Amino acid sequence: MMALVGRELRLALRHPAETLAAVLFFLLVVALFPFGTGPAPELLARLAPGALLATALLAALLPLDRLFGAEAEDGSLDQLLLSGLSRMEIAAAKAAAHWLCTGAPLLLATPPAAAMLNLPVPAWSTAAAVLGLATLYLSLLGTAGAALTLGARRGGVLLPLLVLPLAIPAVIFGAAAIEAAASGLPARPFLLLLGALVAAALPLAPLAAGAALRAE
Amino acid sequence: MAVRRGGRVVFAGLSLTLRPGEALVLTGANGAGKSSLLRLLAGLLPAAAGELLWEGAPALADAPAHAARLRYLGHADAVKPALTLAENLAFWSRRWGGDIGAALAAADLAPLADLPARLLSAGQRRRLALARLALAPAPLWLLDEPTVGLDAASIGRLGGLLAAHRGAGGMVVVATHVALPLPEARGLDLGAAAPPESEDWPA
Repeated sequence: MMALVGRELRLALRHPAETLAAVLFFLLVVALFPFGTGPAPELLARLAPGALLATALLAALLPLDRLFGAEAEDGSLDQLLLSGLSRMEIAAAKAAAHWLCTGAPLLLATPPAAAMLNLPVPAWSTAAAVLGLATLYLSLLGTAGAALTLGARRGGVLLPLLVLPLAIPAVIFGAAAIEAAASGLPARPFLLLLGALVAAALPLAPLAAGAALRAE
Repeated sequence: MAVRRGGRVVFAGLSLTLRPGEALVLTGANGAGKSSLLRLLAGLLPAAAGELLWEGAPALADAPAHAARLRYLGHADAVKPALTLAENLAFWSRRWGGDIGAALAAADLAPLADLPARLLSAGQRRRLALARLALAPAPLWLLDEPTVGLDAASIGRLGGLLAAHRGAGGMVVVATHVALPLPEARGLDLGAAAPPESEDWPA
């Protein structure tokens, strides 16, 4: 399974545009908020937690519809299914690679994004932790969604409709954690709840993705 | 065994057995079900009727184990253009073992090992897909038109690979439209297994 993650990372290194696109999308959409709210730094700081989360989740969604689509097109999916790895292992490796290629780079973009949204500096580390967990949750759910919509016509449209509603709990707990950190309250309880979501998705999502994954 | 694709029965009432060292050449018109039969044997496609046995036991009871004893070469070459030839084989070499250099040499691609695969011609991509077969031995090879795009010398090399594979007790099922260097191969015409148009097939 690690061999498959390694192959995915090597492929991502050869196509850095996809990772860059997700990070730039994240930064650009966050940059739109100050223009939209006008000269009101307090209002911006109020919006910051939700805006950060929603934008990060959308950015992480971008490369998802190619997750299995590209493999199915060039025949690699057949070969992967016959590689002796179980379908669940393939899905887990795909989810891990997706997070490493989109979720993790978004963490690096968190400080500039938080600055643009006037988020108090003490909350930045919490924001980074929240984004890391929330994008991991999305990578797991998204892998299941990508496996389900594989082969469906207009799967790229179907995928967000399927995945984003399931991501609502992550947005609620994540935004609450950042908000608590920004107002000097302990963010730990919300981070733990977010962690619990990830812990539940960790075995269940690859299981679902593996069951949905089939050759056509 | 029978296969149904998109509600249409492609073939039915088919039964075949392969012994070690045997080769089976599938022939038939386009759409006769050659590729479907190969995918069924690989476990990629469910059988509408019948079962797939390996040494008398259901082959797909343990799907990863069945996958591990076969090599499948489909229509698509499953070559990643961004990776070099050696990197394309690296994942499979880690899964199955086997030396990448030797496999590339078997397909006469050794001098190109560090080139990105996007620079390859169609025939060279096919040879890279064939090099995967040479990585590590597996008892069953399922080849779907392996000669597409190959030149005469490459077909000769494929003949050598096939002979070595069968010499070691390996089995081959190959779908092809052109004559292959496969001595003493059995033939199977899938056109004969097509159901009559009027036959009512239970859903």
